[in-house]
Amino acid sequence: MAGETESGTGQDQPVATTHPEGAQIKTEERAEAPNLVVSTGPRGLSERVKQAAIATFITAVLAFFFFPIRTSIAPGGLDITWRWSLYALALIFAFFGKLLVDAYLLSPAGPRVRAMVSGLFILGFVILYAWHPLGDILFGTGQFEELLGSILIGTVFGAILLGLVVLISRATGKIGTAATGVAAQKKADRISTFGKWALRVLFVVALMLPWIVMFLFPNRDRQLIDISILILTYVMLGWGLNIVVGLAGLLDLGYVAFYAVGAYAYALLAQYFGFGFWMALPLAGLFAAMWGIMLGFPVLRLRGDYLAIVTLAFGEIIRVVLLNWSEFTGGPDGIGRIPKPTLFGIEFNRGEGGFADIFGLDYDTIHRFIFFYYIIFVLALITHFATMRLRRLPVGRAWEALREDEIACRSLGINTTLVKLSAFSIGAMFGGFAGSFFATRQGFISPESFTFIESAIILAIVVLGGLGSQIGVVFASIVMIGGIELLRNIGFLSVVFGENFDPTQFRMLIFGLAMVLIMVWKPRGLISARQPSAVYKERKSIGADVVAQGEGH
Amino acid sequence: MEYFIQQLINGLTLGSIYGLIAIGYTMVYGIIGMINFAHGDIFTVGAYVALAVILLLGISGATGATMLVLALLLVLVISMVFTAVWGWTVERIAYRPLRGSFRLAPLITAIGMSIVLQNFIQVTQGARVKPIQPIISGGIPLFDGRSDGGIIVQLSWMQLLIIVSTFVLMVGFTFLITKTALGRSQRACEQDQKMAALLGVDVDKTISLTFVMGAALAAVAGLMFLLLYGVLDFYIGFLAGIKAFTAAVLGGIGSLPGAMLGGIVLGLIEVFWSAYFSVEYKDVAAFSILAIVLIFMPSGLLGKPEVEKV
Amino acid sequence: MNVTTTSRYPWENDPLLTVENLTMRFGGLVAVDNLSFTVGRGDITALIGPNGAGKTTVFNCVTGFYKPTEGRIVMRHGPGRRDEAVEELTDSAARYARQEDGAVFLLERMPDFTISSTAKVARTFQNIRLFGGMTCLENLLVAQHNPLMRASGFSIAGLLNLPSYRSAAKEAKDRAIYWLEQCQLIHRADDPAADLPYGDQRRLEIARAMCSEPHLLCLDEPAAGLNPRESAELNALLQFIRSETGTSILLIEHDMGVVMKISDHVVVLDYGRKIADETADAVRNDPKVIAAYLGVDDESEIDDEDIRADLHRGEHQAGTQGGEA
Repeated sequence: MAGETESGTGQDQPVATTHPEGAQIKTEERAEAPNLVVSTGPRGLSERVKQAAIATFITAVLAFFFFPIRTSIAPGGLDITWRWSLYALALIFAFFGKLLVDAYLLSPAGPRVRAMVSGLFILGFVILYAWHPLGDILFGTGQFEELLGSILIGTVFGAILLGLVVLISRATGKIGTAATGVAAQKKADRISTFGKWALRVLFVVALMLPWIVMFLFPNRDRQLIDISILILTYVMLGWGLNIVVGLAGLLDLGYVAFYAVGAYAYALLAQYFGFGFWMALPLAGLFAAMWGIMLGFPVLRLRGDYLAIVTLAFGEIIRVVLLNWSEFTGGPDGIGRIPKPTLFGIEFNRGEGGFADIFGLDYDTIHRFIFFYYIIFVLALITHFATMRLRRLPVGRAWEALREDEIACRSLGINTTLVKLSAFSIGAMFGGFAGSFFATRQGFISPESFTFIESAIILAIVVLGGLGSQIGVVFASIVMIGGIELLRNIGFLSVVFGENFDPTQFRMLIFGLAMVLIMVWKPRGLISARQPSAVYKERKSIGADVVAQGEGH
Repeated sequence: MEYFIQQLINGLTLGSIYGLIAIGYTMVYGIIGMINFAHGDIFTVGAYVALAVILLLGISGATGATMLVLALLLVLVISMVFTAVWGWTVERIAYRPLRGSFRLAPLITAIGMSIVLQNFIQVTQGARVKPIQPIISGGIPLFDGRSDGGIIVQLSWMQLLIIVSTFVLMVGFTFLITKTALGRSQRACEQDQKMAALLGVDVDKTISLTFVMGAALAAVAGLMFLLLYGVLDFYIGFLAGIKAFTAAVLGGIGSLPGAMLGGIVLGLIEVFWSAYFSVEYKDVAAFSILAIVLIFMPSGLLGKPEVEKV
Repeated sequence: MNVTTTSRYPWENDPLLTVENLTMRFGGLVAVDNLSFTVGRGDITALIGPNGAGKTTVFNCVTGFYKPTEGRIVMRHGPGRRDEAVEELTDSAARYARQEDGAVFLLERMPDFTISSTAKVARTFQNIRLFGGMTCLENLLVAQHNPLMRASGFSIAGLLNLPSYRSAAKEAKDRAIYWLEQCQLIHRADDPAADLPYGDQRRLEIARAMCSEPHLLCLDEPAAGLNPRESAELNALLQFIRSETGTSILLIEHDMGVVMKISDHVVVLDYGRKIADETADAVRNDPKVIAAYLGVDDESEIDDEDIRADLHRGEHQAGTQGGEA
């Protein structure tokens, strides 16, 4: 964690050229270098041990007030519980972990060192695991399992994640190769071919998903379809935000506000006017777009980070208003009994006139799950195709031009305020659609569902996927949202690790770590090539190194 | 009138805490131009470390005055040191590898780091709210308005402590930035990291120290928060962080006096809004003022106006 | 400035753009001081002067990126001086006024983007501002944003892909291809602009500006960083633009080879003031100009042999000649 020696990359700063050419590409290469290229880490064994010792010392300092000491509520105030064993174990893992990470990732060692380090690590692990009594004596009953469990889950999840990222990277060109000129072109082309195929395969899988799931996992089909619905909701949100952040280059940290507006628009229309889902859906989108314009108008002339903080503030304002305007919105209790959508007037009820009755099927709740799945699938597809179409229209091209250079846009007679507003409101509209879908799926909404962390997750999906990349958003949603949900459902591990082991509490911890690791590894996101919106003779992908990221450059 | 003065004191106290956290945001933004989203959670770390040390030392309301001052000083130092290491580590693992990369990458790692820290604290210390008994009580009654049907205006020792130590830290800090070699390196890095490096400034070290200083100040704010409100949970850093960042932007991001001014303005707005209008909408008031200030003064109260280069 | 009699300079009789008493202050610094000059219709006008003379500031005022502290900048569509219309417009609060055979615009009153879209003044930048991550073709399509936006029915006709939009889109693409061909960039049409070499980027920026169909094209140091062959090509391109489209050109340039060969009219600035306003030949021999260059600038920047020779001849005159315009 703390080890590798200074590599001199720190002095580099993006050169303030108007378009990222030479210098900036170089800077980026160098910025990526310490994580991928192997020149800076420790070499000799003694150096490795020294670095591991430093890392362990730092871990010791960091963890001192969190591992061994735990403040807990006792009669008459707070009390301290000591957990030295946990601390000791954490330090041991820090030492060997650092050795391992160095030996394999940061500064690959020769086979002898690798074997030695891994051997020691595995040996210790096996001894401790095989001989529980020793673990109990050393670490106190039960604590060892808990820690072991969390590490195991972290490792398994990390390995899956790593595997996915490596897989995508393999398919899209060698990791960390310098991307310039012809090489970049080739790399970008490979990415685009890969993207095209991945898109087709994904589309077919997504289209058939409920049936595949029902066939393969008959016992867990509801759960899995539900997770797929959730993932698709985030894909749609990601695509909506991609218009604002990826195409127009406007950093929006309050996107969840529009999701909330859409959800509440439907819930309130249903509650006060008895609107059905299909009637309310376009209105919800419209409301969200209107909010987009209302919020956007005063703030869109702010630049970069100022825009980010004001959008964040607006997101919070909407949430606080929803929370406190109890007479209208139900306040913290939210709104319940939101009606379910119908299929051309047919409800998915038990009994006469219901879906199952009309089609002569046995009533099964899975019908409604499948229906929901296809609703969000179609909504997401509409978002995708609308975005792709808009990109080829003058307005979409103006969004991208705005991201590349706002001043040049103005010199060409483009009203940048209008262009920003259009991006903001169209992005908001899709957020609103997704929101009203969320409301009808949940049947209940409250302000708690629309906190800043949601905005952060959606933004993370867009950035991790690769700004502006539609397929990237899909991958990132599957990895991040699917990943968290996977962790939510690994309660069975408590059978292995004892009753008081609760893996769900590590869920967000691992989520956050994954965010950091993926970003450090691939700062441009998983898929980062840009497809041109107009072609003269030959469609060529554009490497991410020349594409700007919006304001603040 | 008495009510007004009492609220003024309360607002200054809250504003001081915001200001101390805001300095961390503004320094980091000034030097590497990124929003350090994890800074609010560094503040939480500081508060938890302080809590642990207070319990370890057995400080309570019954401790004698001299001992109390010494013990609190010790708590302050320990929590500053340990929190500073956290600040350093976060920079080292999540931001330094991305330095010079594009702008959104460190923003995402910062949000990721914030999630990590929050949940790390939750996992290791539990999700429940931790209350402590008040340690410093009493204060100076400024004047008694009861005869006219008013209230007693009181400046509590706690409030005095917070306002005075914030003031002292600000003075010390201004000295550090304007007069010392470190401050010079920092200002040089703000202007041009590459040139600073060519002139022999250790840029990595300077940036690390910036994070260390920001974290140490956040630890001070954490201790004060703990003493003032007497409750902690793993989530306090989020709202405090956003408020403090708002304060930094309000004052003009990149400007140290601006951060302090922004903090105090924000604290006053919140307290007065709660006192005279509604407690529920105090955040709405604070954020609305931010939006209004930015729309009319796009670089904040004390920020340098941005000249558009064509 | 109401000269109604026929002037000895052709640009005074049929002006496209007149800059009148333009002053621009930044705090205490006076970047442009009471500057007046005229750009004739169909002319190539050069604005020259040593570094820091305020040339780019003038450009930024003309194209609306800066609001001038004082002064009037008039753009005219259609023939003649239109003095009455200009005065009428100045007294009103309007930004521009249309007449039967043209229009007059007060550029200092207009927001920057309307100067390009309405007054038809296009520009390039000293530090090239292309959309680096977009292809050359896309760059030129962005420049046709406004007509395309109208044709796409503000995206509705575009989303439905109606025939009216399709034909407009095709027309736009044809225009883009035409200009790519004229600038010898057609073989790079599908490459991102940031990947082009420097000289090509300069030409692409000119092509992009031309796609917005300007009446006046403002070029900020178009020959900077070009080698002699590229400079010669640039000369040819600019002369082609003028003869083919009738677009007038206002350029800032240090490369005297370019300036003297193609300019009809040269305005010389020094310290924000005008020190000469003449035909190219007259300026070439103007001792004040020579003094300004010699006193301030590096001699090596002046490429033209004649000028360099002039400079040496004018060396001892420099002391006696003041900076008065």
